[in-house]
Amino acid sequence: MIRLAIKMLMGDRLKYLGLVAGMAFAAMMIAQQASIFSGLASQTGTFIREIGDVDLWVMDPQVRFSEDNLALPETTAQRMKGIEGVDWAVPLYKGFLRCQLADGTRTSMIVVGIDDATLFGGPTNMTAGAITDLRRDPGILIDERDAATKLAQKRGGDGRAMKVGDRLSINDNDAVVIGTYKGSPSFFWDPVVYTTYSRALRFVPKERRLMSFVLVKAKAGADLAAIKARIEATTPYIARTGKEFEEVTRSFILKSTGILINFGMAIGLGFVIGLLITGQTFFNFTLDNLRYYAALKALGTSASTLIGMVIVQVLSVTWLSFGIGIGIAALMGIFITKTDLAFLMKWQTLAMTGGAMLIVGVLSAILSLVKVLRLEPAAVFKGA
Amino acid sequence: MAAYTTQSQDTQGGAEVVTRSAAEVVAHKPIAVRCRGVTKTYGTGNSSVKALRGVDIDVHTGELLMLVGPSGCGKTTLISVIAGVLDRDAGDCSVLGVDYNKMRGDEKTAFRGKNVGFVFQAFNLIPTLTIAENVSVPLLINRVHRREALAKAKDILALVGLGERVNDTPNRLSGGQQQRVAIARALVHKPKLLVCDEPTSALDHVTGQKVMELLRGVASDNALSLVVVTHDQRIFEFADRIAEMDDGHITSISGGKGHKLAEHQAESEPK
Repeated sequence: MIRLAIKMLMGDRLKYLGLVAGMAFAAMMIAQQASIFSGLASQTGTFIREIGDVDLWVMDPQVRFSEDNLALPETTAQRMKGIEGVDWAVPLYKGFLRCQLADGTRTSMIVVGIDDATLFGGPTNMTAGAITDLRRDPGILIDERDAATKLAQKRGGDGRAMKVGDRLSINDNDAVVIGTYKGSPSFFWDPVVYTTYSRALRFVPKERRLMSFVLVKAKAGADLAAIKARIEATTPYIARTGKEFEEVTRSFILKSTGILINFGMAIGLGFVIGLLITGQTFFNFTLDNLRYYAALKALGTSASTLIGMVIVQVLSVTWLSFGIGIGIAALMGIFITKTDLAFLMKWQTLAMTGGAMLIVGVLSAILSLVKVLRLEPAAVFKGA
Repeated sequence: MAAYTTQSQDTQGGAEVVTRSAAEVVAHKPIAVRCRGVTKTYGTGNSSVKALRGVDIDVHTGELLMLVGPSGCGKTTLISVIAGVLDRDAGDCSVLGVDYNKMRGDEKTAFRGKNVGFVFQAFNLIPTLTIAENVSVPLLINRVHRREALAKAKDILALVGLGERVNDTPNRLSGGQQQRVAIARALVHKPKLLVCDEPTSALDHVTGQKVMELLRGVASDNALSLVVVTHDQRIFEFADRIAEMDDGHITSISGGKGHKLAEHQAESEPK
């Protein structure tokens, strides 16, 4: 009977394709929007992850996210070195600065100043030059993707990418590209430029405090929680692990930008559209087949078999549509990830989409089952 | 078709051929359906309609009983009650020795699936299935393996003359062919009771006659009880008995046209 149920469903090609298309669209919309959201959420932590293997980030307690530059006194790094269990501590500058390209294009950029001595926190995936070249004044490292896009020379030229040896002005200070690296896309769209900490301070307008963060590495075997507690007890600053800082950043950005609500609405819309299309189409399919269901009931088909038939019909459509929808979303993702746009399809996204489609399917099935189960088998005879 | 021939030995030892009316023959057969004082009302209050007002009727094994009468007289309600797809309000009704009202819903469904065959006016063949698959449905309901069910379906389709069309879908068949498929579906699981609702109303005269010949034949051959609701006077000749209904009552029960033909035939033949 189950095989017959599938044939009943697939035999009406137009309705079947309508059902599959409707549900696949819903699955695609849910998966795609959720993946873009996951991608964006993930990109909020790009900077923190790319700094590398650091145990603690020391910062002002009021810092709400990674770009929130509430500067620390210049002595902070030294103070951290004195905390028991700390192996080493280095300063980090991060801030938005104005720059002007050789062709006169003006833009803003994120300048990251890493420790002059250790060069810790610099990019690891160099595509041209070496990180040690940063010691050559006034060297900077640029992202190769930014070099071809945001930092490409556009005015009066042929749109050529910025390359090693090119010069630009950062806040009216001369800078020379001494290398390129391959960075991960970030939530913030400005090009990210690495230089040494001291050179970064030279680029920045003079202020009393300029140190954004102190990166702390604990001694081998030291209790991280204890070091964290000591830092917070002995200084007015707080220490966060990379994951904690990522979480704080993500949470702040998602709440303050409203993207959580926007994407939530888009995902909800996909769910509702899927439910409406599937529910209505499947219900119409059931209505069209009602006299056959009545005949099946009269012929002795049990309620449990009928329930099984309807559930199998819905689940087969749900499963196929889920596959198609996810496939389309993944294909779109392949193209999207070649751009700066965010896209991250996690297994949780697949599970959530599958769950949503299952709910859509189950609700549609319930709608139809109510009709089928309430159907009097006597309806198969005219006038009864 | 409705005349039965019986053989007996005469006193001289030669064969005596006696032709008796079908009604007489079936009157001696066991009763498959016995209804007494069956009532059924649809709706409540002022809008209620009394469809059956105390129906008494018997259907014998191997009998083809026709229910006739004007529209709305309760024919369809009565076969629905007899087939177990509608609950009666009051009265007694024993079908193949069981009382539906004493059965649970699932028991009744299972009983129906095993013992009752249906032929509907609108055929109700599932359009997306092949005719073999349509015919196999009652067997699948009775948990016969799919392969075996399809084989049996093809066998019975061959018997009704559609052995070459087993893989066609119903919409490729004529009305008469579709009704033959419906009859094959009704018979494939060897039910003991067959209920037919206007089986010839959608068919032309010749096709209707062929369908009734088919039904008449299987009833005789398989000791199957048939209850046929019809308006079609052209098929009355196939009935063993004709029960006329009006306003929820059985108003008369008489032998079918075949019964009169049988009597005429009996009188004219030397004994």
